[in-house]
Amino acid sequence: MSVHSVVEAGREAKSPDRARHGVVDCDVHPAPALPSELAPFLSERWRKHIQNYGIRLAGQPTTAMVPYPRMAPGNGMRMDSWPPNGGFPASDLDFMRQQLLDACNIEFGILQPLTGGSTTTNLELGAAICQATNEWQLEKWTRRDQRLKAAICVPQEDPETAVALIDRYAANRDFAHIAIPTRTMEPFGRKRYWPIFEAAERHDLPICMHAPAFGYHCNTPTGWVSYYIEEHVAFANPPQTVITSLIFEGVLERFPRLKIVLVEGGFAWAPPLAWRMDNHWSRMRDEVPQVKRPPSQYLRQNFWFTTQPIEEPERPAELLDTIRWMGAGRLMFSTDYPHWDFDDPARTFNYGLSEKDREAIFRGNAISLFRLHGE
Amino acid sequence: MNFPLTGAIDCDIHPAVPSTQDLTPYLDGYWREMCVLRQLDRMDLMSYPPNAPLSGRSDWRPERGNPGTDFEMLRAQALDHFGARFAICNCLHGAQALHDENMAAAFCRAVNDWLREKWLDRDTRLRASITVPAQNPDFAVNEIERVASDRRFVQVLLLSRNDMPLGRRYYWPIYEAAIRHKLPIGVHAGSMARHAPTQNGYPSHFVEDYIAQSQAFAVQVASLVSEGVFAKFPELKVVLIESGVTWLPAMIWRFGKDWRGVRPEIPWVKETPASIIRDHFRLTMQPFDAPPTSADVQRILDHLGSEDILLFSTDYPHWQFDGDSVLPSGIPESTLQKLLVDNALRTYPRLGEVVQ
Repeated sequence: MSVHSVVEAGREAKSPDRARHGVVDCDVHPAPALPSELAPFLSERWRKHIQNYGIRLAGQPTTAMVPYPRMAPGNGMRMDSWPPNGGFPASDLDFMRQQLLDACNIEFGILQPLTGGSTTTNLELGAAICQATNEWQLEKWTRRDQRLKAAICVPQEDPETAVALIDRYAANRDFAHIAIPTRTMEPFGRKRYWPIFEAAERHDLPICMHAPAFGYHCNTPTGWVSYYIEEHVAFANPPQTVITSLIFEGVLERFPRLKIVLVEGGFAWAPPLAWRMDNHWSRMRDEVPQVKRPPSQYLRQNFWFTTQPIEEPERPAELLDTIRWMGAGRLMFSTDYPHWDFDDPARTFNYGLSEKDREAIFRGNAISLFRLHGE
Repeated sequence: MNFPLTGAIDCDIHPAVPSTQDLTPYLDGYWREMCVLRQLDRMDLMSYPPNAPLSGRSDWRPERGNPGTDFEMLRAQALDHFGARFAICNCLHGAQALHDENMAAAFCRAVNDWLREKWLDRDTRLRASITVPAQNPDFAVNEIERVASDRRFVQVLLLSRNDMPLGRRYYWPIYEAAIRHKLPIGVHAGSMARHAPTQNGYPSHFVEDYIAQSQAFAVQVASLVSEGVFAKFPELKVVLIESGVTWLPAMIWRFGKDWRGVRPEIPWVKETPASIIRDHFRLTMQPFDAPPTSADVQRILDHLGSEDILLFSTDYPHWQFDGDSVLPSGIPESTLQKLLVDNALRTYPRLGEVVQ
């Protein structure tokens, strides 16, 4: 029996329920087959600009590599995800169907493109790339497979343009969310970002915040780390700052219906963060009168988390404590296809989740948050 | 819980230098002149603004002066009240954060000599960490060598946010000196203010900055393990002081998973991060950042996977708890001997010595 068929057998045996209803995958990374694939969606000026100057990103020491090269080709892609007909992993819809959408019974896949528009230092170029990425998602992905839902990519450091893009695409239900990286230039609760929150709330669109490989500041508060493993461990930090900042700046009092999804940052740190925030807020609340309730209450109301990469305790069932502390309603399954640390839905959470929680995490929470079955 | 916890070892209390004037007897002529000329005063670390609620519990604030500056108060409220057998003084001072490494070395020296005369000599229960200028590891080693013969110094004190992650080879001479003198490395919450406190820049509020300290500690744990510090120095112990406790299990779970995935990147790390962390790291218990119920506190202790890594502390005079609630409810009686006494004796070899 091949490895593949063992996995297939396991999938059928362990997930009869998901076979009926399907799974919502909240973190799929579609890629251009070649960098030039976005060119038709860019003006001549920006095509030439990229050719001559590249897409400059903060904290990028070399032109072609990420600062911390991954341990697999293509910046850490699954070794088996390179399409047989060529091109980059997750750039070929047919192969994505075969390897992900059909194989894992994905009812909906939420796209999280990583094309760099929101992290380049040139805001005008960033806006152009975001706009191009939005059109490219429609043409290459969502129009060709109704299971896929696009991200409204926005240059968050230029909130006026970001709001214009949100307003342009929000009515199109091929778009399910607004995509912003967790490593924003300022903590995300600061006033400069509030117009984006106003637009997100007005259109009832969740903001999905994904860990990017680039950011505007040092990647730890104590200097640059040496290794990819350290960088990856520290990817859990920006989402904590996002949460703390949105709560302590009073954003969630001003925009109580804001929906923030932390994508690919893990989640087991969230309950301890809630306890820590409550603990220190209780003694220093005079500094932040805009925070009206214990911080943990906002955490349970305005934030969701995608599951991959799931923290892995030595005794796996300990994660059930975490899920109990968070509430299963906060979690949404994701595969992170085609990245190396992909989670297969047939082999995820196989340690005693109740059927109700399982349905919520693998499907129900995302169907309702992203309004995937209509209004 | 019965008080006092007679015989407990308090691994984190904070005597504070009242003013630069108090240090001048311990500075040489050059630095005395510079104190006047350059107005080198008010060197309180910005991580603990003296009037902020965190920096001093209201009933632990002297009528005059900053929290931690009154010896009699500290003796009565920390040592006598909680029945301490020993208490370890971690003197946080701006010297640890200055940009001029010569100035940093001079003031660290002064802080240690002041601490010895004004505190250690006045109560036999007091022990102390050596405040060092980590800005320049050679200078830090010099300071360790200078004071380590006084066996009442039981630890080397570093801050949680520095120029570089603490695993970098730049800092290894400090670890080598610490081992030579049977001193663990204490990493205390606090910042040299070299980099933004978060990857997203500067948060608006002090409370956000303090909450984000747990991120800095997680980074230091990952750095010390990933850079191979414990492969090079297998005897080294690192105490995370005022780091919070409950964030650690989730960090270990993430780090362990990443290590299984990409460990060829750091082939010198041959054991799981979980086992290295349990062997080499200790955490003081204030703040604990406890979950709401006793049962959940017990679950967190299970997640930590070891009864040997927690060290009792009051964090006096910092305001982390009210009244006598120094231990989170839910700590099993059966673990108290370890948490209050045994773990500290194993972490700090010098505590077990008879001091002449």
